[in-house]
Parts: sequence; C-alpha cells; structure tokens
Amino acid sequence: MNRESFVPPASQSSSSAAAAGRAFQPVQAITYLCASCAAPNTLNRSDPVRCKECGHRVLYKQRTRRMVQFEAR
Amino acid sequence: MVDYNRSQRNLVGIEHDRVTNVSNTDFPGYYPGEDHAWNLEKFKENFKIQISYLSDLSSSFDLVGVDASIANAFRRIMIAEVPTLAIEYVYIENNTSIIQDEVLAHRLGLIPLKANPDYLRWFKKDDPDIEPTDYDTVVLHLSAKCTANPSAAPGTTDPKVLYNNANVYASAIQFEPQGRQAEWFPDGITLANPDILIAKLRPGQEIDLTMHCILGIGQDHAKFSPVATASYRLLPTIDIIGPPLTGDLAQKFKNCFPKGVIEINSNGEAYVKDARKDTVSREVLRHPEFDGRIKLGRQRDHFIFTVESTGAMTPDEIFIKSVQLLKKKCQILRKFNLRT
Repeated sequence: MNRESFVPPASQSSSSAAAAGRAFQPVQAITYLCASCAAPNTLNRSDPVRCKECGHRVLYKQRTRRMVQFEAR
Repeated sequence: MVDYNRSQRNLVGIEHDRVTNVSNTDFPGYYPGEDHAWNLEKFKENFKIQISYLSDLSSSFDLVGVDASIANAFRRIMIAEVPTLAIEYVYIENNTSIIQDEVLAHRLGLIPLKANPDYLRWFKKDDPDIEPTDYDTVVLHLSAKCTANPSAAPGTTDPKVLYNNANVYASAIQFEPQGRQAEWFPDGITLANPDILIAKLRPGQEIDLTMHCILGIGQDHAKFSPVATASYRLLPTIDIIGPPLTGDLAQKFKNCFPKGVIEINSNGEAYVKDARKDTVSREVLRHPEFDGRIKLGRQRDHFIFTVESTGAMTPDEIFIKSVQLLKKKCQILRKFNLRT
C-alpha cells in the first residue's frame, strides 16, 4: 500500500524567500471547502478564514488526489 | 447386525432421541452372497435427476441414486470452487465520503457481477511482473459527487430531494471495456443487483475510483462464491404401521406435521400425502399414542438440493460447472498411477 508520507520541505529557513536571495514565486492559492455549505474557497495568505458564500468560519483542506490502492477483501 | 430387508436398507431411521442407520451399506462384502460392486449399468438404472423448479436465481432439484460423498462434493464445489468474477483491486483517486477507503473497497468487492467467467482467463497474482490484460481483468469505474439541490422546497428533510447523488447505488458503476472486451461482452458487465447501496454522500463529498475485477473461487474469498446457499437434505419418509389411524387420532396425527404432509381420506383414515414437505420435527414421536404406530426416516440416497445463485450465473449452470470440475479433478487423479 503506497500511502503518501510526509516529506519535509527542502529549504527550511525562517527568513523569507526574498531575504534568502531567491526569486519571488507567487504562492499557489489553495482551494478549501466550507464545512457548512461545501463551497470551494480559494484563499490567499492574507485572506480571513471565512467562506465567501455563507460566511462560515470553518474551512477544510481538500483530500489529496493521489491514488491509493486497496484490495477489496 | 445385517439387515436383509431390502426396503429398509436405504432408510436412515429417525427416533425421538437419535438417528440410526446413518452409514451407507451399498458396498461389496456387506451383504453376504450379494454383488455390490460398482456397475455403470446399474448406476444408470438407479440414477435420477428431477428438477422441481428453476428460476434465474434459485432452483431445487432431486439427485437420486448417488452416495452422500458425491452429493456433498457437488455442494462443496458449488460453494467454494466454481470461478466467478469479482472486484479485487480498488484504486481510489478520491473518497471524501464518511465511509473509509478500506471499508468502501471491501463493500465494493462483495457486489455480485453478472459476467460470463468463461470469457476470461486467470489473473496470475503471485507474479509481480505481470501486467493486467484484457484477457484477465475487467475495469470498472465509479464516480459520484454530491451537490445541494437548490430547487428543493424549503423545509424538506429527505436527503434524496435535498441533495443530488445523496445515495450512491451499485448502478452508478460503469464498465470500461479494455481491448477486445467490448466484443466479448456486448451487453457489458452488468450488476446482478443494481440497487445495492454503496455509500451515502452529503454536498461536497465525492467518490472517484477505478476497480479491477478478476476471476477467483469461493475458497479464496466468499465474494467469488457463485451461490448464496447451496445445500441438500434427504427426502423424509413417513410410514404408518398397522391398522389405519382414524377419527380424533387421525386429526391429531395430521396436526403433528406441517400442512399438506398428512391428509385424511373419505374413510376418515390418515394417509401420507406428501412426505417431502415434512420438516422432520419429530413432534409425532412425543405422543405416546403413536408409539410403535409410526416410523420416520429419510432416504439415504435421495438428495433434495437447493441452489440459490448470487446472480452471476443461473443455478443450473452452477451445478453443471460443479460436475465439470469434479470430473476434471478425477481426470487429474487418474494421471497418477494409484496402483503402486
């Protein structure tokens, strides 16, 4: 069973990307699902954690789309 | 003690507290001076198959004139060795339903598939290098996503109205023909029971998975068994000894058996109408007035089979396959020189 395992990020530093001298890469916005109305919400770093549809304050991270194999037994 | 009464030889005696004459005596040397060597002509004369009823899913038939070992072999082969197709590998791309991945996979595996197993070959599991091909693997796909139904009337509580795809049924499984499978299975791989509930979803939840089905036998996992039940019982016999039972006694006698077993004729005498319907509850043996007046028994070489199919094959097909498999086993055995 090839379950995914946690891989720590390669570059671990407390300083920002700019301070480390690397080119700035826009952080990819992640889609979360509202716990109340299940609407997809795309949040950026500075956005408040709040559903844009219903204002609910609980958002779920989506499950990975990585395939998992099981035996039907 | 050797019983020379020929009519009693095939009967298993049923007493109030025990069962007698259980073993077969139909073998050479048991009855002095009689020839009981196995003989094909004699077997052909005695052997009988009678089909009581046969439908797509269940059947009942009588197998008369064989030993219990043969009848039991057929029963066991039907349950554990007739190959069928079942879901074996589940590749889950997404499952956000409340039912866990492994439980979902297990549920999917138990769904009976309607596919002729003769068109497929065995998938060799033990070889890690082997890739599934269209000859040995059937691919199914299931994807369902639940959404809220905006047109539902306010105050509705029924999840089926409130949401789209609230219940995922087996009918949502799609067959994806690989290679020449569209030719071999022109009707596709269908499900014996399309109304099986697989999972319940709520808005935002999603199931998306691919399944690989392979051939297997019930010995490996019950999901591969083509029968729901395959069982037999011996034909019951009821003998009234001595003068006929009449009047109140006849009525009481009749009431000791299930409906239709004992009837009372125009003379008021009880007679055995249909011993086959008897459940052999032995109720009649509890009453002292019938002491010595009644003999219950079962015919040792008369097997009443009941075969219920899960839907993959018809019951007659399953039985015929069990006969073929037993024959194949015998042929394998004959290849060895058993005389050394």
